[in-house]
Amino acid sequence: MNYKHVILLFSILILSACKKQDVYLNKIEGRQINISDSLKIDQNIEDFVKPYRKRVNADLDSVLAYAVDTYSKNDGDYNTAIGNMLADAVYEQSNPIFKSRTGETIDFVLLNHGGIRSIISKGDITTRTAYEVMPFDNSAVVVKLKGTQVKELVEYLAKGKRAHPISRLNIVLDADGNLKSATLDGTPLDFSKTYNVATNDYLYNGGDRMDFFKTNDSLYVLDYKVRNVLIDYFSKIDTLNPVIDNRFIKLKK
Amino acid sequence: MQRRQFLQQTAAASALVGLSGLGLTSFTPATTKKITILHTNDVHSHIDAFGPDDGRNPNQGGVARRASLVESIRKENPNTLLLDAGDIFQGTPYFNYYGGELEFKLMSMLKYDVATIGNHDFDNSIEGLYAQLPHAKFDFVSANYDFSNTVMDTHVKPYRIIIKDGIKVGVFGLGIELNGLVEKRMYKETVYLDPTEATQEMTRILKEDEKCDLIICLSHLGYNYREPSQKISDLKLAKTTKDIDLIIGGHTHTFLKKPTVVKNSEGKNVLVNQVGCYGINLGKIDFYFDSDKNKAANGTSIIV
Repeated sequence: MNYKHVILLFSILILSACKKQDVYLNKIEGRQINISDSLKIDQNIEDFVKPYRKRVNADLDSVLAYAVDTYSKNDGDYNTAIGNMLADAVYEQSNPIFKSRTGETIDFVLLNHGGIRSIISKGDITTRTAYEVMPFDNSAVVVKLKGTQVKELVEYLAKGKRAHPISRLNIVLDADGNLKSATLDGTPLDFSKTYNVATNDYLYNGGDRMDFFKTNDSLYVLDYKVRNVLIDYFSKIDTLNPVIDNRFIKLKK
Repeated sequence: MQRRQFLQQTAAASALVGLSGLGLTSFTPATTKKITILHTNDVHSHIDAFGPDDGRNPNQGGVARRASLVESIRKENPNTLLLDAGDIFQGTPYFNYYGGELEFKLMSMLKYDVATIGNHDFDNSIEGLYAQLPHAKFDFVSANYDFSNTVMDTHVKPYRIIIKDGIKVGVFGLGIELNGLVEKRMYKETVYLDPTEATQEMTRILKEDEKCDLIICLSHLGYNYREPSQKISDLKLAKTTKDIDLIIGGHTHTFLKKPTVVKNSEGKNVLVNQVGCYGINLGKIDFYFDSDKNKAANGTSIIV
């Protein structure tokens, strides 16, 4: 064995030792750590967020209007002041847009009672109020609804007996809770006609089991978030003073 | 004679290569390595902690606190990866005002490594997501969204390989079916591909071609769906595929007491984890490797 053989042997030894060492997974530990107030705040991150927070808060807290009273979706049986305001705002803000783009007008509005996520408190109304009432990013849409579906819609409201916000539509239930009349501007709905109904994309997609929207094939997306409808509406008005009215009622015995 | 010379030359070259590697890991008898995986999902723009009056999660969450926790874990183990399973966007006015800029900037400051894309990350449309990419110093992975005909083309890779302490970690992403969940005008020409088929391809590449030591799936499919739903979920995916070590999930905002251990199609263990939402929790999975094959032969112990 000469020196060359020694080198060769040595090299083989090193080569085998220095190839990527195989490792084998032999233990896994898993846990979850709660981000609680016992953890230190990273000041660098905090300082970075601060100007953004300040700007957002300043905007959210800017006063848009004044609420004469406190309005809750639980005040009222078949219609509520806050729901009426919301549905009327959707009509008032969306109809000019719909009209300018299609030449047609919105016949009536239907939203859902559950979609009102907060009260409006007496006093200053801010952009934050709009975020609280409408935290979801639902958009206003107009659905061309056939008479048969409008009939289903009215039956849904009559049967549900919930104060789903409506605008321009008038529904009267008799003392037994059966549908007595469904009118638009005093004219009974014609179930052989087609109506332009404004709602939001959540309900259009079957939310709150409003399945009558889904069987439709003609949808107009306004690209207008309901929250922005509210912000624009609040900016336009000076004082908010909605009332419970007769748009959806049940007659007394 | 010629052959002999060749051998000598080869040997000399090898010796050189070998010696240069001497200072590294060679000759250490039995080494133990630890890779820490930290993860979040469905943070939904929750940058500030919940206030003390919050009805559900008072005084929890907050990026500044998560940052200090991640930092302390990294100090303890530099071989740490920080991952997110999607739905970074939407949920607080920060998103409505800044379109996700702050979320991406903060994740970059926290040194996130990889994230996948959730359905809400399309909420400002695919252009809105694309517009925020310059603020993200981390990578997006998705193996089942084909972005070829969108602005996101080339900006999302199916997988990423990260080597930490010589351990090769492959991370691939999976997204949920967008049709019915997100409006088409938002996701445009994004094509949803079958997650199971995408996984089979990913595990083949990562295991067989790339020889990864660890394979992680970042999924926004959702933890589980009740029967009779046929929807693909993390649990279903874990059971019907192979070679995945860990599925980090999202979408269903599932708070698990501990990671779920599932047997895959080969009867091997897969960990499935998800940590709720809104940055309330941080998931931490430690993987220990040993060069001693005998230890591994006794099976991997899972402590959850």
